[in-house]
Amino acid sequence: MNRTFSIGGVHPHDSKISRECAIEPLPIPETVWISVAQHIGAPAKPIVAVGDTVKVGQPIAEPGGFVSAYIHSSVSGTVKSIAPRKDLAGNAQLCIEIQVEGDEWLESIDRSDILKTDFTDDNKAIVEKIRQGGVVGLGGATFPTHVKLTPPPGKVCERLIINGCECEPYLTSDYRTLLEKGREVVVGTAILKQVLGVDTATIAVEENKPEAIAYLNKLLPEMRKISTKYAGISVMSLRKRYPQGGEKQLIDAVMHRQVKSGGLPIDVGAVVQNVATALAVYDAVQKNKPIIDNSVTVTGECFPRQANLLVRVGTPLQYIIDYLGGFPAEAVKVISGGPMMGKAISNLDAATVKGTSALLFLTEKQTRRAPESNCIRCGRCAEACPMGLEPFLLNPLARAGMTDELEKNAVQDCIECGCCLYSCPANIPLLDSIRQAKAQVMGILRARAAAAKAAAGK
Amino acid sequence: MNRLLVSPSPHIHAPVSTRSLMRDVVIALMPAVLVSVVFYGWSELLVLGVSVASCVLLEYLVTRFLMKKPSTIGDLSAVVTGILLALNLPSTTPWWVVFIGAVMAICVAKMTFGGLGQNVFNPAIAGRVFLLISFPTYMTHWEMPKGLFGADAVTGATPLGVVKEGLLQGGKLSELISPDYLQMLLTNIGGSAGEISALALLAGFVYLLARRVIRPHITLSIWVTVAVVALVFWLVNPERFTGPVFNLLTGGMILGSCFMATDYVTSPMSVLGGIIYGVGIGFITMMIRYFGSYPEGMSFAILLMNAVVPLLNRAFHQKKYGRA
Repeated sequence: MNRTFSIGGVHPHDSKISRECAIEPLPIPETVWISVAQHIGAPAKPIVAVGDTVKVGQPIAEPGGFVSAYIHSSVSGTVKSIAPRKDLAGNAQLCIEIQVEGDEWLESIDRSDILKTDFTDDNKAIVEKIRQGGVVGLGGATFPTHVKLTPPPGKVCERLIINGCECEPYLTSDYRTLLEKGREVVVGTAILKQVLGVDTATIAVEENKPEAIAYLNKLLPEMRKISTKYAGISVMSLRKRYPQGGEKQLIDAVMHRQVKSGGLPIDVGAVVQNVATALAVYDAVQKNKPIIDNSVTVTGECFPRQANLLVRVGTPLQYIIDYLGGFPAEAVKVISGGPMMGKAISNLDAATVKGTSALLFLTEKQTRRAPESNCIRCGRCAEACPMGLEPFLLNPLARAGMTDELEKNAVQDCIECGCCLYSCPANIPLLDSIRQAKAQVMGILRARAAAAKAAAGK
Repeated sequence: MNRLLVSPSPHIHAPVSTRSLMRDVVIALMPAVLVSVVFYGWSELLVLGVSVASCVLLEYLVTRFLMKKPSTIGDLSAVVTGILLALNLPSTTPWWVVFIGAVMAICVAKMTFGGLGQNVFNPAIAGRVFLLISFPTYMTHWEMPKGLFGADAVTGATPLGVVKEGLLQGGKLSELISPDYLQMLLTNIGGSAGEISALALLAGFVYLLARRVIRPHITLSIWVTVAVVALVFWLVNPERFTGPVFNLLTGGMILGSCFMATDYVTSPMSVLGGIIYGVGIGFITMMIRYFGSYPEGMSFAILLMNAVVPLLNRAFHQKKYGRA
């Protein structure tokens, strides 16, 4: 029996109806809007002006702080405006609008398909290339990768985990990436492994993707023959269970270790990177290609054509939808990401960002929330919670605003995976209230930490 | 421009609802209902009909006219309570006694606390215990199974009743009963309607486990406790104390441990709490059977342990990720 994480979890139908669709490049739109806030941390600062001409891969915004990332032009053309524009959620973000003219790339970028397996031993140079490439975690959090590769002093990484779980229903872009760009992912893994100074790297894939597992198992011995840099990389097949791709759950599944509340994966000797991030690292280090595009699954039973598209960053959603046959009549909700943790999109004029992994179209019937009824105390929410929390208890505490009790019952540990609400037979909007309470308690914890720091400084 | 629905994640829901869970419990009870109707005939059908109809009607009336809220009968929990109450009564119970039991179960034990999920005590058990105390004659007047088209009813005592009565008069167990365990498993001799066939009840229990409606820890901890307690006492004095198999197959043991003690609302949320709850039920049942004045103690045991559930929920919690 394959490994999995030890607490909670659910088994939603995997609905991976786009799994057979090979990644195809989407034609370049006439105009792109590239946001300067595509990552966790400080927004980037524009370094181009209206009227400038730019090439594909040219940096157009620089990091706005330590935890921040470069932004590059995904097209060639002229900067038309630098102004706030509504993002997927309807919030205004500063965007650089570029009118497309041709498709002229920076000469430094290697656009060939030739696999480059040899890489430098200079880790500093590698990290700098990753930083220059604007690489961020593409598993959902969009945390700047070069920061994650600089562990705090005294912490030792024992194992690099490449997250290929893709445990959310419907999503297939990581799966397709493994099948089509498996070698590049392995090279990216080897680069990350070297930078982190670890001997072991595990590519974790759920057992519902046997083709990907078989392909990696075939290719890893071949790669090992090329260079010793590919030793120590292996594939691990995991039982299918949501949310296995959650960082904490994946570390538990692969290493049987649990990250302490408030701690970091590196505390237990783990660093987790997504498959798409490993590919982005390969592109940045080996091909000088920054993140200018990413693969996006466009799917849904009601959607006319399933697809995995290679989309230039900043492409308007409406353009993608029109390309694939238009907005389906029965769809009522469009989600950026998967159905469990993805965000509902309010605005189809918004443009994609680096972290856009999927556009999912759901019908009224698929996404309707039934009316809430009394809690029947079945305990399914607690059984499902992968953090071992008790949503049936947290929900009334949250509604009553009892922050002390909420903190005592670890509401701050919630990873917002949605398992509780998903499994509640009484349709109680557990996560809605718990999410709010978590934000409130996190605020209190931050204020307390700041006060303690100030007191210690005196 | 399409109007897009925007709401927080998750955007999909498991195919499960309170109604679907309750429907599974109703399905699980069907073998026992069928066996009881076949063996006790029309009178059992009447008890079942009156019980289910009164429970549903009473819940409808209370929600609509007293609580002034939308009716909750659609969740089918009143149907479950109705069936369980009927299976806890002798088939000879007069219809008006059944109705009083339903009033106690639904109006007092369930709706006064706010309805499904809010009640401290299992409604069906509260109804049964109320009737046992108020109408002891009707409630210990057992009809022998005779079949749907059988001859006139013959009444008799339950195996547990025979034992209690005989021991009180100074008898010895070996002279009182010669239990036929196979018959007990298939069709018990005398008792509440639902206690007639352990096998039919167990089939329903297996269905609930297979459908993942309930988990087995509470039921198993009751069985293990009963078996251990009975074995110890029986080894000490086999002429005074009945043995493990006899105690597991008689009275309300199977019905109570599989369907009443596992009620979501009135059992603990954590696994460890559930095990302690089960041990408590098993132990109290055996103490009542051995030393109490009633022949059977299952319903009292469940009711008493129901009261302890809030404490168990406070004391025992889920194992949390990353916290020792």
